[in-house]
Amino acid sequence: MGKNVLVIEDEPNIIEAISFILSRDGWSVATHSNGHDAVGVVQNAMPDLVILDVMLPGKTGYDILRELRSEDATQGLPVLMLTAKGQVKDREMAERAGASRFMTKPFSNAEVLDAVRELVTG
Amino acid sequence: MGTLNILVGVCLIYVVFLFLIAFAAERAALEGKGGWLRSPLIYTLSLSIYCTAWTFYGAVGYAARSGLEYLTIYIGPSLVMIGWWWLLRKLVRIGRSQRITSIADLISSRYGKSNLLAVGVTVLAVIGTTPYIALQLQSVTVSFDVFSSAYGAELTEATQGSNALLVAAGLALFTIVFGTRNLDVNERHHGVVMAVAVEAIVKLFALLAVGIFVVWGLGGGVSETLARIDASEIGQWQMRGDRWATLIFLSGAAFLCLPRMFQVMVVENEDEDHLRTASWAFPAYLMIMSLFVVPIAVVGLDLMPAGSNPDFFVLTVPLATGNDALAMLSFIGGFSSATSMVIVAALALSTMVSNHIVMPIWLSTQSVGASVSGDVRHVVLLSRRISIGAVVFLGYLYFRLSGGGTALASIGLISFAGVAQFLPVLIGGIFWRGATRTGAFVGLTVGFLIWAYTLLLPSFGAGTLVSEAMLTEGPMGLSWLRPQAFFGITGMDPLVHAVFWSILLNTMSFFVASLVGFPSPLERLQGAQFVNVFEHSSTPQSWAGSLAQTEDLMVMAQRIIGAREAQNLFEREAKRQGMSGLLPEPSPDFLQRLERELAGSVGAATAHAMIGQIVGGASVSVEDLMAVADETAQMMEYSSKLEAKSEEQARTARQLRQANEKLTLISEQKDSFLSQVSHELRTPMTSIRAFSEILRDSDRLSEDEKIKYSSIIHDEALRLTRLLDDLLDLSVLESGRVNLNMQSGSLKGILDHAVASALTGAGADKMQVVRNAAYEEITLNTDLDRLSQVFINLIGNAQKYCDANAPKLRIEVGRSNGALVVDFIDNGSGIPKTEQAVIFEKFSRTGEQKVKGAGLGLAICREIMTRLGGAVEYLPGQGGAAFRVTLPEEVALAAQ
Repeated sequence: MGKNVLVIEDEPNIIEAISFILSRDGWSVATHSNGHDAVGVVQNAMPDLVILDVMLPGKTGYDILRELRSEDATQGLPVLMLTAKGQVKDREMAERAGASRFMTKPFSNAEVLDAVRELVTG
Repeated sequence: MGTLNILVGVCLIYVVFLFLIAFAAERAALEGKGGWLRSPLIYTLSLSIYCTAWTFYGAVGYAARSGLEYLTIYIGPSLVMIGWWWLLRKLVRIGRSQRITSIADLISSRYGKSNLLAVGVTVLAVIGTTPYIALQLQSVTVSFDVFSSAYGAELTEATQGSNALLVAAGLALFTIVFGTRNLDVNERHHGVVMAVAVEAIVKLFALLAVGIFVVWGLGGGVSETLARIDASEIGQWQMRGDRWATLIFLSGAAFLCLPRMFQVMVVENEDEDHLRTASWAFPAYLMIMSLFVVPIAVVGLDLMPAGSNPDFFVLTVPLATGNDALAMLSFIGGFSSATSMVIVAALALSTMVSNHIVMPIWLSTQSVGASVSGDVRHVVLLSRRISIGAVVFLGYLYFRLSGGGTALASIGLISFAGVAQFLPVLIGGIFWRGATRTGAFVGLTVGFLIWAYTLLLPSFGAGTLVSEAMLTEGPMGLSWLRPQAFFGITGMDPLVHAVFWSILLNTMSFFVASLVGFPSPLERLQGAQFVNVFEHSSTPQSWAGSLAQTEDLMVMAQRIIGAREAQNLFEREAKRQGMSGLLPEPSPDFLQRLERELAGSVGAATAHAMIGQIVGGASVSVEDLMAVADETAQMMEYSSKLEAKSEEQARTARQLRQANEKLTLISEQKDSFLSQVSHELRTPMTSIRAFSEILRDSDRLSEDEKIKYSSIIHDEALRLTRLLDDLLDLSVLESGRVNLNMQSGSLKGILDHAVASALTGAGADKMQVVRNAAYEEITLNTDLDRLSQVFINLIGNAQKYCDANAPKLRIEVGRSNGALVVDFIDNGSGIPKTEQAVIFEKFSRTGEQKVKGAGLGLAICREIMTRLGGAVEYLPGQGGAAFRVTLPEEVALAAQ
């Protein structure tokens, strides 16, 4: 069972925080910080889990997710969506786009970790 | 005394008989069985009210005094009936098509519905008729007096007076009962007309009886009587041409203009064709009436003692010869002549007085908004009744005050000359379209003044109303104004003189005033209606229509009030009338109800005109059309108001929609803004929370890591603070509540400060700033801190976003259209065209986010520059990113 996580996020500090938390738990973390080529990066890396921000430069997280879901290879890929927009309609958008899990920033480190473990193992 | 009592009894019975006749006629008419009531014979007989007591008694007296001249009184009307048949027909047609109720109504209608004219004609008619009514009362009382004195019972003057009063009251009562039973639109009174017709037969019969008695009973046969006539003075043909012509003209004119003649001839006319019969039958009637006048006069003069009043030979000759029954018949004949005249005259005058004087006054006393449009029938009827009483009473008063005595014929002629003044206006009105109201008014006034001055006043006798001196020397010594010798023309018969001058000047002034003035539009229209009556109106039909008309009415009603409503109404009416079908008879009652029903939808005048058009009893008059036009105008005004209102509503709705759209947009912008603020706040908070938890939960962190993570928390906290500051700043700027701190300072100083403030921290040295200090020596008068804030922002952005290897920023000061411009141009790749439009919007960060920033900077810059009266805009085509700050002229004025 793989332990590869791809974090797609444009805020350097948040990338660093998530990387730290996951690395400490034994995950191997790759990062990417813009939306343009995110889909290609995911397809190349084929991680066990993608942590995806919504507000990305170039392309939104929703669009990226929809594209991933339309491809056979990435159709069932676990995707944890993180967004700083905490409204109900944002959660609905995420669910419709096909997110495996949706979390609102700011998040609790423990919760992110639990979610990652659950999504990959389970 | 016994015979006297019988006379009173016979009179009473006769009066009761008249009441019954009238009542029966009314009843028959009401039940629709009055076909025989509308025969030409009845019409012809009703015209005989021309022959009043004056003709009945007075003609004999006239013949006894002036020979054959009495014939003129019969010749005039006969000529009119035979020769002027077309004139009468036109009058009748106009009367019916315009629903004319009296001669005053006719004249006022013709001249533009002038009520002033109607009042004038009414007053003149009353003045002209009152002596005539008095004359009738006098004849009744005097004949009664003659009768009683023959039996040795001298009546006191008081008894005479009360007799006259009794007769007057009885006549008023009769007129009220049968003249105002109901308000018929067409003003027809079957009872009255019937009674008048019966009286016509009675008086003709009485006069014939007396004549036959005189010729064969007293004169000894036709040839004997003719011999007597030849022997007497009457037989000598003495004819004064001027007087004859005048009298024939006068009686003809009076026949047309007398209110009572107009009443029976035009108003009560049922069918235009009746005129055809009357045109020969009425002259025949007059001929028979006049047949025995001369024999009675001649035999009377022979028989009666010298000095006896020839006016009552018809009565006194039978009495003197002991023929009481014949005398009584003769009395009844005279009584009939008098009463029929008073009844019809009172009816005609009361219609005029009530319609043109009483009702207008009553209506004007009603406060506006009172139920004037409601049912005023009872008021009209009351006013009619009071008017009848007043007219008859006026005659009685005149009789009492004048004391009688003047020869009957002369009063009659004065009256004739008075009403003859209507003739020019009447004839002119129906034949000459150019006749105007002013002309009519002037003509009538002139005619009546001259008539009163030359005939009426002198008739009271010198020394009463006009002094002897005035008669012989003229007023104030002006001899050419002598009442009986105008312009010094003496030797003329007073009557001829008066008629000649009054009619001549009346006609002349009528024409001249008509030619000088211009008719009003209504007068023009009415004039055309009257003059061209035969072109406009079809042959009038009886008011009672046929079932075919009911179908037409049905079609019309359906269009106006809807098919179901109309059918219900018609069925209901048919049931009420007891008809088996679905269509009712078009009875006046039904038509009235239908008209009311339609009036609710289209207005009263329109409804009346529509029904009138279909039923045809009365064609549409100009007045109707005017009223229709008024209604239409009101409806159009109303509908245009509605239209304006609905347009206004549409406009309001549009404005509301726009406001709503704007609100929705603002609401969306607010949501979007809040969402962005939320995002911008949550992002640094996420870092802060994540690293705080890391610091808290991890005990294996190195010192370096601890310092690094603490620094991140610190920086993100600062970022949050900055964001909040920017938000508050923007909110203050946008609300317009910002206080500007105006100061003077040099542009160079501000730029120095801005560059120093913006280029701090790591990498500050990398940026090369190029300036030309010489151009910056300008003193500004503005809020220096705010301007500095804008400069710092722009320099900071250049530092943050310029992606050149050797970043360089040029700050250039210049002028554009008088305004001071400061350009900030870097050597980076610039901002893509698509994003140039949105960079000044809130939270619109461009491109790849390498640097922290809430995206509020440029929005704040724009707000500040707006407050300072200037602008900040993106300057395309400069290679790198370029911003231009524009300051208004006055800010930089101090620089010079």
